[in-house]
Amino acid sequence: MDWEFTQETFVSLVSALPLTLSLAATAIALGAILALALALARTSGILVLDWFARAYVFVFRGTPLLVQIFLIYYGLSQFPAVRHSIFWPVLRDAYWCAVMALSLNTAAYASEIIRGGLLSVPHGQVEAARASGMPRLMVFRRIVLPLAIRQALPGYGNEMISMIKATSLASIITIMEVTGVAARIISETYRAIEVFVVAGFIYLAINFLLTRLVQLVEFKLSPHLRQPENAAQMAIAGDAR
Amino acid sequence: MNLPLSAVEPPALSVKDLHKSFGPIEVLKGISLDAREGEVVSILGSSGSGKSTFLRCINMLETPDSGSVTVGSETIKMAPARHGKSKPADIAQVDRVRSRLGMVFQSFNLWTHKTILENIIEAPVHVQKRPRRECIEEAEALLAKVGIADKLNQYPSHLSGGQQQRAAIARALAMRPDVMLFDEPTSALDPELVGEVLRVMRSLAEEGRTMLIVTHEMGFARDVSSRVIFLHKGLVEEDGSPKDVFENSRSDRFRQFIKG
Repeated sequence: MDWEFTQETFVSLVSALPLTLSLAATAIALGAILALALALARTSGILVLDWFARAYVFVFRGTPLLVQIFLIYYGLSQFPAVRHSIFWPVLRDAYWCAVMALSLNTAAYASEIIRGGLLSVPHGQVEAARASGMPRLMVFRRIVLPLAIRQALPGYGNEMISMIKATSLASIITIMEVTGVAARIISETYRAIEVFVVAGFIYLAINFLLTRLVQLVEFKLSPHLRQPENAAQMAIAGDAR
Repeated sequence: MNLPLSAVEPPALSVKDLHKSFGPIEVLKGISLDAREGEVVSILGSSGSGKSTFLRCINMLETPDSGSVTVGSETIKMAPARHGKSKPADIAQVDRVRSRLGMVFQSFNLWTHKTILENIIEAPVHVQKRPRRECIEEAEALLAKVGIADKLNQYPSHLSGGQQQRAAIARALAMRPDVMLFDEPTSALDPELVGEVLRVMRSLAEEGRTMLIVTHEMGFARDVSSRVIFLHKGLVEEDGSPKDVFENSRSDRFRQFIKG
């Protein structure tokens, strides 16, 4: 391995990091909103909404993300109606096509994670909220959603990690994020090992930080699952004696 | 006509001709009940007699098929629904009436992600929009009253069943309800924890709170309540003072029921 070349590569790839992060963050954020809507549709008990959400999840979870990216980037522009619509300035931009594909894809997975969270909320706690006179929306906002999020967070962490890695597929449609830049350097130098090792390291570093962040949020949200602090201290003091 | 004073004063809670079916099974076959202010009504009955369903219909956790519920002077407006049944006409009104009925559940149903204090001030702050500081002070007083003042900042999972149920009672009281509804409040507790919850309930009864209690605690029903109702197969089989019902019941079924 050529150390100097590796360092140069690292600098080039890190300069592409903001694009990778922006793709991932935008897709995760938009995907989360869509996922919540889908999960609510699935649990609404309204047949039309339920089946729409089922079909959506079936299609976007059942087809490869790469195919979805191709279809959105190359496919949509085939329709004159799309080219003449107000969405064209967005849809002709590879970045937004990638964001769209990633968002639509993660929404399908995340909606199932959120649905699992929603279904795990103990019915009795919902009844207690209703019995205290809370309107439906308040019950959802203050009781159901906080409990569902706590349940869904570990699974959701996995999905976010998947998304970070999935951004690498955007390189296929000309986007110069970390993998895109890596591919360009390889085509210029024919030195694949160093470049991919560095690229892999960068993804690993992002996901290391992300898992720590998810762990921290989980910890903050679950004091009720731990021993009370003073009791834990008392137990330690007891052991010391 | 010469009405006694108690009949002129509107009852704290009035339930008229409540019917409820689950599928083909008719659980409530027309139950009526007027509870005067300060009355402590124990509702007894074997399992399947409809007593919990009756209580849950009062605050519309179950929707009665027909009949009416009036809290104070406010009658819950019902509208026709499918299959000749009824449903609440105005959800906002139901929410308003619910906030005047304190409900205590068999399995406590404290919100597990909130501390005991947060559980208690949740509805007063967010439903009744009372000032937070005032709610906290009141919560502290209520917790002292039910004997768990030191559990303020702990989570429900850190408390014993008896403590959780006392916290749940404090949570219901924090709404300053006109009527308290207890749905088998001691049935999920270990025997040695039943007493501490019953003591709290007894003190509430002595304060003159209006209470409806679905219970299996015969001793409590006999000693503390001002009135005992025995439900059997969805109908009121006995209704009277504890003395009348327990000592002079003419119902074979009730005599069999208390023999166990």
